[in-house]
Amino acid sequence: MTAALQTFGLSKHFGGITATDNVSFTLETGARHALIGPNGAGKTTLVNLLSGVLAPSAGRVVLMGHDLTGLNPEARVKLGLARTFQINQLCASMTTLEMIALVVAERLGLGARLFQALDRQDAVIRETADIVARFRLEDILDETIATLPYGKQRQIEIAAAFAAKPRVLLLDEPAAGVPEAERQELLNTVAALPADVSVLLIEHDMDIVFRFATRITVLVNGKVLADGPPQAVASDPRVKEAYLGEAIHG
Amino acid sequence: MSDANTALQDRIRTSLSATRRWHPAEFVFWALAFAAFFLFPRQLLILNEIAIIALFAISLDLILGYAGIVSLGHAAFLGAGAYAAGLFAIHVTGDPLLGLAAAIAISAALGLVTSPLVLKGNDLTRLMVTLGIALLLHELANSMGRITGGADGLQGVVMKPLLGRFEFDLFGKTAYLYSLTVLLVLFVVARRIVHSPFGLSLKAIRDNRLRAAASGVPPARRLAAVYTLAGAYAGAAGALLAQTTQFVSLDVLAFHRSADVMLVLIIGGTGYLYGGIIGAIGFKFLQDWLSALTPQYWQFWIGLVLVVFVLGGREIIHGGIKGLLRRVPFGRSRTKEGAQP
Repeated sequence: MTAALQTFGLSKHFGGITATDNVSFTLETGARHALIGPNGAGKTTLVNLLSGVLAPSAGRVVLMGHDLTGLNPEARVKLGLARTFQINQLCASMTTLEMIALVVAERLGLGARLFQALDRQDAVIRETADIVARFRLEDILDETIATLPYGKQRQIEIAAAFAAKPRVLLLDEPAAGVPEAERQELLNTVAALPADVSVLLIEHDMDIVFRFATRITVLVNGKVLADGPPQAVASDPRVKEAYLGEAIHG
Repeated sequence: MSDANTALQDRIRTSLSATRRWHPAEFVFWALAFAAFFLFPRQLLILNEIAIIALFAISLDLILGYAGIVSLGHAAFLGAGAYAAGLFAIHVTGDPLLGLAAAIAISAALGLVTSPLVLKGNDLTRLMVTLGIALLLHELANSMGRITGGADGLQGVVMKPLLGRFEFDLFGKTAYLYSLTVLLVLFVVARRIVHSPFGLSLKAIRDNRLRAAASGVPPARRLAAVYTLAGAYAGAAGALLAQTTQFVSLDVLAFHRSADVMLVLIIGGTGYLYGGIIGAIGFKFLQDWLSALTPQYWQFWIGLVLVVFVLGGREIIHGGIKGLLRRVPFGRSRTKEGAQP
């Protein structure tokens, strides 16, 4: 397998605090890779470094041979790196349809067209319909996002990231804050992502991690503590120690 | 499956075209605006002023309502356009349309050049930077008296007849129809732009910049583009002001211009383009009525009305207008219609 996303000695300091400490890891093409770690381990900081929201203090990020270091988030999206956020980041006043169509139009390079109507772009309509069908958003198509329940918004968050046709998708705690009743549907959505998209799942919930991931990286205090297949990581005494009694289900 | 997908595509097409379509009420609105020419022949000067303020407010709405950029110095563009049009009439030609084009170009350029300053930072820095730029231009126009006429204003602006036929008269007949037509044309253009993919990306930036960037939207470039566009629109309003009054004074760059246009938008509502026009009508009539009622203290009352309005009535009124627009049906079927070329 080849690497979809790689980091080399990635570090981030906030004043005296080291949030990311010399992280080198590889996300294989088509992988279902989970990034776990206790609270404050630096998981979200790492995702922000990968997606370009934060600039690293040192180190490099490489996406399928492209060095992303120094590129802004929108340029990374164009190169095939999309993400979701731990807390929903959606355009609250838009309808579900507008949110998805925006991402599709942008991916097709139509965003700078001042005088075109979205509904006259067949490619936009087609791709938007595909996304809507895949994520089963038909029922909430014309609803304003702000009025939707959190679980639905979480679906849209993933759909919006997927609409950018990423090669690598970073999912930052996709199930966070989703009530139990809506959780299953969301996990099905994650499980149904096509195999050719490489997925890095940042997760707290061990149930989800062990159901979903074929490889696990454990981050503690900004450092990679362990990296390997789920069984090996689960039985690693250092990992157990880091979680200090937090249950790990194998 | 493929049938289901075709149905879904049709539904999406219809939904996306719904907001873009002209509502019957809009045609009535514009017909009334032109009918006002015959209905209120003695009020044409004030109607002309309203049309100009409305255009100025639409300019602010483009950045505030659609892109979330606050400005306390929007008069910078009004003034730039007014002086550009005035100077163009004196030194180049008195043709109104050429002057309008020149003013639009100059103020758009000003928007483009100042956009990096304005678009950095947060709302507070934007308020200060926009205010600062307007103050700067005001002092510049004041001190360069040999060019601008300084505090005495720009004298000797003489306009040629519009299209070589329609003289600007004392009653504002030509002025009102000219300003209203320019307002309509630029309104239609703005309406088209806000419903384009570009317009949608502006809303995304306004709603959530992080999401916009994560969706591939380059926020800095888009904001610079709309700021330039807003500069052009405000410059057009300034040009209309200079041409229809055949005079430019420092007043066009004064702080109260920036403040008034903000009030106009607050009255009319942001983010649907008509807010600027409705607000301009409301503001101007309120001002007129109050100043006739209490010539000395009208600003006290307008202040009071605004405070009450913002604290209480705004949501109700704006919600009412938008609700009303939504309730009247489009009278079109759900499929096919959106597919017309």
